[in-house]
Amino acid sequence: MAKPSFSSDIQKEKHSKVFWALSDSWVLTKRSIKHITRNLDQLFSVALFPMMFFLLFRYVFGGAIDTGNISYVNFLVAGIFVQMLAFGANYTTMNLAIDLQRGIVNRFRSLPITRSSLLTGHVAADLVRNMISGLIVIGVSFLVGFQPVAGPTDWMLVFGLAILFSLAISWISAIMGLLVKSIEAAQWTGFIVIFPLTFVSGAFVPTDTMPEALRLFAENQPLTHVIDAIRGLLVGTPIGNSGWLAFAWCTGIIVVAMPVATWLFRRQTLR
Amino acid sequence: MSTLGNRENRDEASNMLVGENVPAKNAIEVKGLVKSYKQLKVLDGIDFAVKQGTVLALLGPNGAGKTTTVHILCTLLLPDSGKALINGLDVVKEDDKVRGLIGLTGQYAALDEYLTGIENLHMIGRLYRLRHQDVKQRTQELLELFDLVEASNRAVKTYSGGMRRRLDLAVSLIASPPVIFLDEPTTGLDPRSRLIMWEIIKQLVSSGTTILLTTQDMDEADHLADRIVVINGGKIIAEGTSDELKQRIGSERLEITVAEASDFDEAKKVVDEDGLHFDVKRRTLSVVTKGGVHQLKKVLSDLDDAGIEVESVSYRSPTLDDVFLTLTGHTTEQSNGETKDPPKG
Repeated sequence: MAKPSFSSDIQKEKHSKVFWALSDSWVLTKRSIKHITRNLDQLFSVALFPMMFFLLFRYVFGGAIDTGNISYVNFLVAGIFVQMLAFGANYTTMNLAIDLQRGIVNRFRSLPITRSSLLTGHVAADLVRNMISGLIVIGVSFLVGFQPVAGPTDWMLVFGLAILFSLAISWISAIMGLLVKSIEAAQWTGFIVIFPLTFVSGAFVPTDTMPEALRLFAENQPLTHVIDAIRGLLVGTPIGNSGWLAFAWCTGIIVVAMPVATWLFRRQTLR
Repeated sequence: MSTLGNRENRDEASNMLVGENVPAKNAIEVKGLVKSYKQLKVLDGIDFAVKQGTVLALLGPNGAGKTTTVHILCTLLLPDSGKALINGLDVVKEDDKVRGLIGLTGQYAALDEYLTGIENLHMIGRLYRLRHQDVKQRTQELLELFDLVEASNRAVKTYSGGMRRRLDLAVSLIASPPVIFLDEPTTGLDPRSRLIMWEIIKQLVSSGTTILLTTQDMDEADHLADRIVVINGGKIIAEGTSDELKQRIGSERLEITVAEASDFDEAKKVVDEDGLHFDVKRRTLSVVTKGGVHQLKKVLSDLDDAGIEVESVSYRSPTLDDVFLTLTGHTTEQSNGETKDPPKG
């Protein structure tokens, strides 16, 4: 065996803290993005699950649901799209839980890196995965009769809002990933939270036939605002206050959840 | 030859304090370290120091507090009280600086399963904030050194246990940190991989790296360490060089296997020697020996006189059990049925 030869001129680069925070996050984002292409199961299951709902609602329930003067498929696409983003973000919970359960988190923690970069990496990679799944969902929707009226600006706003929403829900998922005790728990927490949120909303049906309490919740929770805004942009339904409310909810969640997740991650070191 | 000439230049903290010809100072200093998990006291006042460029082995059974000590030194855990310094930097107050000086190879390979060997090395190299060209060059050197060139473009999930350990160690060496922590580096490895690991560790030391390793294997500590700290139940029960410890525990054991189980109790009475240790299940008796023929002759003839048939006779190195038997009067099983290292996560 060869003798170890250590390059004696190895030097650490000198840059600002901000540079390194971005660099660390980028390195760990690249890592998580590589996971997407090497773990295609996750990518497909993110798209597959909403796709099943999509076809189920489009062809099984859809005929019996009254959506007024727009066709059900045009009503449904925004709901499916947002549900897909919400389920996709659950992978932040799972992938983070996997890192925490395995030894690799100890390696990251023993490195001189910006503490939040592991979280940022997971969140950013999930955004990429969600955007890919989003394009698949939109692509399929055209095959089953979706006829949007959105112009280029509307489409840009849709994707802008989708990015913002995806980030918001991923940061919440990051918090859950830091709190769960096992990988199995991580798989279920997302569903327990996201299932009721997506169904008690305007995703699949108009909210006005729901019982009063449920309707009040459904009409005022953030997913409904995001869905209504996206639906309005895509097929021209009235948006009302939902546009800026969706923006405010998502921004607010990010502003709160990001530091909370970072604090939780730091605190776990101090056991 | 190693080319680790100017390690001191990279190590600003020690550079400020240590001139060129000052004798080695402590790379690791631990004073009165205490750590509890709920009611369980895992570390109960640990003190030791490791001189720069030397190897210290923390020897002890599962649950002795070895991993906890390593985790505190690697800034992964906060101690309840006590102090730990790496190259003079406090692991609690100056944790960010300490992280730039250390490399950690844990009990379980801390690698990314979906990435290739090269990608793992590149990722950690960049996270250590090395220049791109240095990361590339170091990666190549380490892959060659650890005999991983062929596998370097395969995902780690296809690696064998020995390959994972080698890559894991390579990853922790990517930035040539002056202080390396090896937490049971050979546990679970086959004999050949173990020898390769030992060889690598010896070479690392010869290049000037300070190493703290934990092990449950007296033989491993003997082979690799300049000093050995024996730890049990969160306390240090012995400390010294391998030779000093051997003077206390005896260098070798003479082990006799009795042919008939029914003769075993009688044999225990007949073989009344220093450090008698017996194992009923295996029908073996072992005694401390200096390797002399006289003792062997006497033991065998005593047994013969008593009409006890001997199945086999062998010499062996002292095990962790022998160390504990001599130092504490009981073996590791008895001293610690309760603990594993507490769960991490």
